[in-house]
Amino acid sequence: MSSPGFFLLGATHQRAPLAVREKLALDAEASAALQTELATVAGLRELTILNTCNRIEFYGVADTPDTLARLEAVYCARQCFSPEEFASFRLSLAGRDAIQHLFEVAAGLDSQMLGETEIFGQVKAAYATAQTRQSTGPVLNRVFQKTFQAAKYVRTQTAITVGHVSIANVAVDLAHNIFGDLKATRILLLGAGDIGEKTAKAFQSRGAASLTVASRSFERAMELATAFGASAMPFDQREVRLAEFDVVVGSTAAPETVVSVEAVATALRKRPARPLFFIDLALPRDIEAGVADLENAFLYNLDDLAKIAESHRVARLAEVERARAMLTEKSAALWQQVSAQGAPQASPPAAGKPAVSTA
Amino acid sequence: MLAAFNDRQWLWLSAGFYFAGFLLGTWSLVRRGRPSGVLVYALIAAGYGLQLAGLGLRGKAVGGCPLGNTFELFQFTAWSAISLYLVIGVAFRSSILGYFTASLAASLTLLSLSIPAWDSGRRLRLFGHNPWIELHAALALFSYGVFALLALTSLMLLLRHFSLKSKNLGGLFSFLPSMVDLDQIGLRLLSTGVVLLATSLAVGANYWLRDPASASIGKLLITVTVWLAASIALILRLRGRLLAKRFAWTGLLLFAAALLSLWPIDSSRQALTVPSAPATVPARP
Repeated sequence: MSSPGFFLLGATHQRAPLAVREKLALDAEASAALQTELATVAGLRELTILNTCNRIEFYGVADTPDTLARLEAVYCARQCFSPEEFASFRLSLAGRDAIQHLFEVAAGLDSQMLGETEIFGQVKAAYATAQTRQSTGPVLNRVFQKTFQAAKYVRTQTAITVGHVSIANVAVDLAHNIFGDLKATRILLLGAGDIGEKTAKAFQSRGAASLTVASRSFERAMELATAFGASAMPFDQREVRLAEFDVVVGSTAAPETVVSVEAVATALRKRPARPLFFIDLALPRDIEAGVADLENAFLYNLDDLAKIAESHRVARLAEVERARAMLTEKSAALWQQVSAQGAPQASPPAAGKPAVSTA
Repeated sequence: MLAAFNDRQWLWLSAGFYFAGFLLGTWSLVRRGRPSGVLVYALIAAGYGLQLAGLGLRGKAVGGCPLGNTFELFQFTAWSAISLYLVIGVAFRSSILGYFTASLAASLTLLSLSIPAWDSGRRLRLFGHNPWIELHAALALFSYGVFALLALTSLMLLLRHFSLKSKNLGGLFSFLPSMVDLDQIGLRLLSTGVVLLATSLAVGANYWLRDPASASIGKLLITVTVWLAASIALILRLRGRLLAKRFAWTGLLLFAAALLSLWPIDSSRQALTVPSAPATVPARP
């Protein structure tokens, strides 16, 4: 190899279906065992392992292609996975292509949910773990530092992360557009099913502290409220106490609407200075459509939210090529620098043992 | 340094910076899909400094606060609005407010510079040697600057309301602050404007009571009407009777009324007017 031997070996959601990724994923115990075993692989100079629900990727510096084959064999044996089968899902890149891939992963371009930012933290965590294990060296240190810079650059220079693409997060964004900081925003969940639960999670993850659950089954409301540290309310009080809330999320399976225009108009009169936001995720709908016509009330149903989520996804897609072009430029520059550092023999061996991070 | 240009040249330069802020903000929104916060803020700050230099020279030339004609009143109102923006813009952390402010400042300053008739007569020592009257006038104009900023946040609130009702949340709309935040900042600006204008009126009334001939009834009535309208709007807002869209429309109307009142106020002044030669302040040794 004329390059410093920077490589990527792994499997991602792009080729490996969920059933395969389940078998390839590393739990904490497997991670520790793999780390010990990889230390015996000769010629493996540096290593960082990125292990998420959508990918298992080994980034490192190897002396020869045989080193990669040995790494793969150790990993497949550890996972009890057929090497032949792994080869059919395997992603193997080297040099500049591997750098470009890492850049795209960190920037969210390779994510299942295009432009998501969680992966950036996962890459950082993987690198931090490798540093702790002292399994990084001059090549990985440089590549990962530049990766973080490149990912940040793309996020600020393009709209790749703008707007959420999940219904629950779009709903939370809308609430933010109306109320700003959600810490003091009071949220009423009508219905305690899966949709209500996901929305509650999304609100809590964005700082909402005051959640109340009202369900036609009070026991189920109590259950969900307990799980979220929220309070439960009898379902028949939903209209009378409407004025106490800022956001109302409807997700019941009721055959008819459960919040009327009259009830909302009365609630608005009791709290004139604050708007009321209704998110109707139910089918059939929970909130009467006429609520949208009230001056200080805002109503979004499932179709509205889906349209917004889709528009965000399309907007992100439109940014992919621009983002990729930026990253290509940066990966080319970095590869030149890394190549200039010399052949693999020039890279000092990692002081410690190759590390496994289960970010 | 100040002598390098005359007062109008400094003010043209300042207007150029405000306009550059507007252009940069527009370019950034169209090409990059988001407003350019720091750069627009820097351009506005630079424009503010240049405007201060221009108004300073003008002040020296006329021997007091430069509030002697329509041109000066527009310039001072824009300067007041920017003064406030430079403070609250940082706290508000909304880059889109900078874009709107640059647009307003560019409009007010370029408009006043492009109509020579507005600067055709200057009044020397408009306030005589009475600093209280000067304070009264400066406070009144500063409150108009506050109303200018209120008009901007009101416009933003109307746009936010429209975007939420029409379910059109992309583009420019995605950078607007929340409705509640805009409503709160609007309320604070209105309160500030009312207090400043009340203080100005109190200072002016104290002088007027001793010398009723010093101000015309027309001017008095117009200023008091603007203050009364702002006070009523504030009371209605605090009592929950003037909310959301109607509050925003009121903010816009208040600024329009304040701007329109400048002409009758200006024409009713009794003061010495000098010919229209553009004043160039001699360089200081």
